[in-house]
Amino acid sequence: MAAFAALLTQILHLALLLVLAPLLVGVVRWLKARLLGRRGASPLQPWRDMRKLLLKRPIIAESASVVTLAAPYVAVAATVVAALLVPSFTRGMALAPVADLLVLAGCLALARGALALAGMDAGTPFGGLGAAREMAFAALAEPALLLVALCCAILAGSSNIDAIAAVFAEGALGIRVSLALALAALVAVALAENARIPVDNPATHLELTMVHEAMILEASGRHLALWEYQAALALTLWLSLLAAIFVPFGMAPAASGPIGWLVGLAAYAAKIGALALLLAVFESAIAKMRVFRVPEFLGAALLLGLLGALFLFVSTGLL
Amino acid sequence: MGFGHIPFDVSHALAGGMLLMSFVLLYQRRVPGLIAALATQGGLLGLAALWQGWAQGAAGLYLTGLIALVAKAVLIPWALSTLVRRLGMHGSVQTALGIGPSMIAGVGLAALALVVALPVAAGGSALAQEDLAVALSVVLLGMLVMIARRNAIGQVVGLMSMENGLILAAVGVQGLPLLIELSTAALLLVLALVAGVFLTGIRERFDSLDVAFLEDHRGERR
Repeated sequence: MAAFAALLTQILHLALLLVLAPLLVGVVRWLKARLLGRRGASPLQPWRDMRKLLLKRPIIAESASVVTLAAPYVAVAATVVAALLVPSFTRGMALAPVADLLVLAGCLALARGALALAGMDAGTPFGGLGAAREMAFAALAEPALLLVALCCAILAGSSNIDAIAAVFAEGALGIRVSLALALAALVAVALAENARIPVDNPATHLELTMVHEAMILEASGRHLALWEYQAALALTLWLSLLAAIFVPFGMAPAASGPIGWLVGLAAYAAKIGALALLLAVFESAIAKMRVFRVPEFLGAALLLGLLGALFLFVSTGLL
Repeated sequence: MGFGHIPFDVSHALAGGMLLMSFVLLYQRRVPGLIAALATQGGLLGLAALWQGWAQGAAGLYLTGLIALVAKAVLIPWALSTLVRRLGMHGSVQTALGIGPSMIAGVGLAALALVVALPVAAGGSALAQEDLAVALSVVLLGMLVMIARRNAIGQVVGLMSMENGLILAAVGVQGLPLLIELSTAALLLVLALVAGVFLTGIRERFDSLDVAFLEDHRGERR
């Protein structure tokens, strides 16, 4: 029975995230439009765009190799696996024992590698430029993510996302300086990983500043649909990760019944809605930074993560 | 008292917020951003003092908190930004040290504060230990902000931030005499006035707020 419940929640979780992802992008765009005084397209627009793109035949550059054909599928598959690991409305899903922060970082790195390869494959300069920038940012963002994982692991005694959420939800650890530092670092990493505003502008094709869009300039038809879906799923998964680690309250504990799941679902919807609103307000309030300042921004995130870990080492007497 | 107790957690979180603001000061290049970060830090200090006043049951700390909230979160930032507007300073401040190196130095200083403060306060509670470490980091980071900014406004902001760290250390321990607190507050106001006069003075004389000009003026050779 417990195994069945674990499997059922896992399937429900996946279905929820798969349906929610484009919707979330639509909601963020709509909120931003409202904040800027525009009417904004319906939150369903990304789903409509995706259907339109899926009906179109992809056009492949003559110089493109098999990488261009395979990369979107690899990236989407890796992101779906990552999405399976991050708990949304309940803990104790079937894949919870392998839901490690390091595994998550690995899946996301795989998706990013596929994206960068696809960007470079056709041999156009913009694709190569975008891929180079993406990798340069990743060189700082990934260590920062690992340091955040280290902080959480020291506090919770495990780098398993489920276990971390369980320990943090109890509240026995209290509020720590290190957690504040880790939160700041993780938010910076999330902004960079999802190509959101201070790092990259998701709504522009201005060649001087774009990173993510530059890599998928050559994609069309269903390939473009897959890339956009991958980006949407990555955003959903990052917001879920932030919610699961730093606001784990309301999430149904492992082996709770359907009522617990419903409560967890309501809490999840509230948390993701609040995070989407925060993201929209943040993106409307600040300007994009110059590309050459992004390494400083991510370097600061890396150092904050390091400081958080340092605090923990000292206060737990490990040093 | 340890982690998991609400009084401890809240004061710890407020102190952590102040430390984070110190890093924002170190990272921020634009003058309005610097002043906003200083105001936030002052506000957090005020809240920390009020919270400590409630947790320790010390009425004097309420006064400290109110002074911090009024003077540090509102009055001084407001005065600084009027000054900035009058002097017509926009854009970024020149940094003597790049953002990257200064952040690395900042983390190094915070680590140093931890290593120094923990053994010193070893006899005290966990609260006193970590609060002292955080407060010392804020002081050291304020000093670093003063070193890393060549602009006089940046230096004033660094000095204020250092003072915030000192007050944070003082409210964390039991029984800060009110007289000392009042005299530091008065000192700070005088300091802000002097800084204002000083800034206008060097602006008139050198047409810039870059303190490097003072070196030639004093006859120093580089």
